[in-house]
Amino acid sequence: MQVATGKSILNGIAIGPLRIYKQVETQTSQISSITPEEEYARFDAARVKAQEQLGGLYDKALDEVGEENASIFEIHQMMLDDDDYLDAVKGIIDTQGATAEYAVSTTGENFAAAFADMEDEYMRARAADVKDISRRVVNVLLGKGDEEMMDDQPAILVADDLTPSETVQLDKSKLLGFITRHGSSNSHTAILARTMNIPALVGVDFQDDWDGKLAVIDGYNHCVYIEPAQELLSAMEEKRANDIKQEALLQSLKKKPNITLDGKEIKVYANIGNAGDVGLVLQNDAQGIGLFRSEFIYLDSKDYPSEDQQFMLYKRVVETMAGKKVIIRTLDIGADKQADYFELDREENPALGYRAIRICLTRKEVFKTQLRAILRASAFGTVSIMFPMIISVREVRDAKEILEECRAELQERGVAMGRVEIGVMIETPAAVVIADELAEEVEFFSLGTNDLTQYTLAIDRQNPKLDNFYDSHHPAVLRMIRHTIEAGHRHGCWVGICGELGADQTLTETFLRMGVDELSVSPSSVLPLRKIIRSLDLSKVEKA
Amino acid sequence: MKQFTYTITDPVGIHARPAGLLAKAAKALDSTVTITKAGGKAAAATKLMAVMGLGVKTGETITFTIEGGNEEASAAAMEQFCKDNM
Repeated sequence: MQVATGKSILNGIAIGPLRIYKQVETQTSQISSITPEEEYARFDAARVKAQEQLGGLYDKALDEVGEENASIFEIHQMMLDDDDYLDAVKGIIDTQGATAEYAVSTTGENFAAAFADMEDEYMRARAADVKDISRRVVNVLLGKGDEEMMDDQPAILVADDLTPSETVQLDKSKLLGFITRHGSSNSHTAILARTMNIPALVGVDFQDDWDGKLAVIDGYNHCVYIEPAQELLSAMEEKRANDIKQEALLQSLKKKPNITLDGKEIKVYANIGNAGDVGLVLQNDAQGIGLFRSEFIYLDSKDYPSEDQQFMLYKRVVETMAGKKVIIRTLDIGADKQADYFELDREENPALGYRAIRICLTRKEVFKTQLRAILRASAFGTVSIMFPMIISVREVRDAKEILEECRAELQERGVAMGRVEIGVMIETPAAVVIADELAEEVEFFSLGTNDLTQYTLAIDRQNPKLDNFYDSHHPAVLRMIRHTIEAGHRHGCWVGICGELGADQTLTETFLRMGVDELSVSPSSVLPLRKIIRSLDLSKVEKA
Repeated sequence: MKQFTYTITDPVGIHARPAGLLAKAAKALDSTVTITKAGGKAAAATKLMAVMGLGVKTGETITFTIEGGNEEASAAAMEQFCKDNM
């Protein structure tokens, strides 16, 4: 068995034979045997034909992936109307006596190179678009239809790169997944794959002898197994079967409200640990993101991530959620989550140490960089901010003050921002006890039950010797949760639970009776939870 | 010649879509429209890729210069376009 890694576009499993697709190098002769006028007329006819094809692709994409994602093909059409592009083609035909094919591919390369040099990441990604449209025109000129990338057998497609148009044209009934050598997880192709729910890996250094071999794309672990051992194959088949079961559950529960038999409705959101999880959030029909653990941006980085880097990531998540709520928890680093460049001292007692909001309030510039990035992303959807590890009212006021400073700075720069709801994590016993005062400062609470349990019971959950003493349903923890919900409601805050207990189905009824407004759980727990909620009847007396 | 300035509010700046729409709108006018960034880099508004190539970001102020034809009407049309799309 061979294993190769890449960047996963979608958390999913694909199993099937690999089919390597090689783009045929188009042989074009350089020197024309007809007049420049005739060559240009050939080009112009091919250009119009290519635009018609793109119009057809736009309609197909509109159907399959929605207007937002389809608009790329409209832009491609417009690019083929661009005066500079047309002039460049004409110039090469006129001055070099070149064929239309040669002029178009040279122009495509030149424009792509210019975009690839730009500093803006978005503009750099446009290089692929220019190449894509140029190739299309050349194919029309050569009288070639769209290349057939797959034969009749369902397969995992392997290619150096896929253009957006190739991705949309692929026959979805045969495409099990795809693997590319190039391409970024930000590319249009990646976005299309995600929207079409196709497991895919980019950045995989594949080998030609993989062709025809059985393989498994493991999107959860960012890798592909070639000729997997039987044991692994069975495990993957099981995982895939689970995904399919989840999908069936989704189909039966999709778009249904999280409402009890007696009519009480609550929100079920999803927790995510990186931007790539957003696809799962939507697939599982969560109503929002209740906990976006922003620290992955720092942990995946070798130095402090810049405001722009963070902004792009937040924006992508917020945009993909299309107006649904995204609650971003500010940096919660320290304790078990360490990044070298923070140069944090070793501590005797890290869980009680220099972490989360304590770092943010003392390293103000690090904090402000993140807050500005979040505020900028707020222009693209519905964003909430929540501060972790709060123990006092003063901390919340300080954090809010810094947030206001950031807002003022951005206003001065003329940057668009949306309204941002502010909340705190309730994960220390201190925060529970002063919940009434905290509620006066914020708009919502989110109970982090993992830390709250550990701090309340004084039990280190990493220590297996303590398993006998550990009780996740300990009455002290449940009373703390009840107290927090009641205090929040007294002061007009909504209250949610984003820790592991939120997904504990044996407690769902208890939480609903306590009046919790929202549960935020891992994406795969959203639908099972919806099923439970829809079977409860709170008007009946609680079972003893 | 008529001129006006506009500050981009679209969070991504002048990206492909607004640049494409701008090119279309500018082509429909009987005037020549040029946009200039602070620092002097300029592009004809009708040229999609050149406009994208300016790399105009959100918060940047660009100058529109309208020459020839019915400058009054063209300037008004461009100003309205900016407000609606950028």
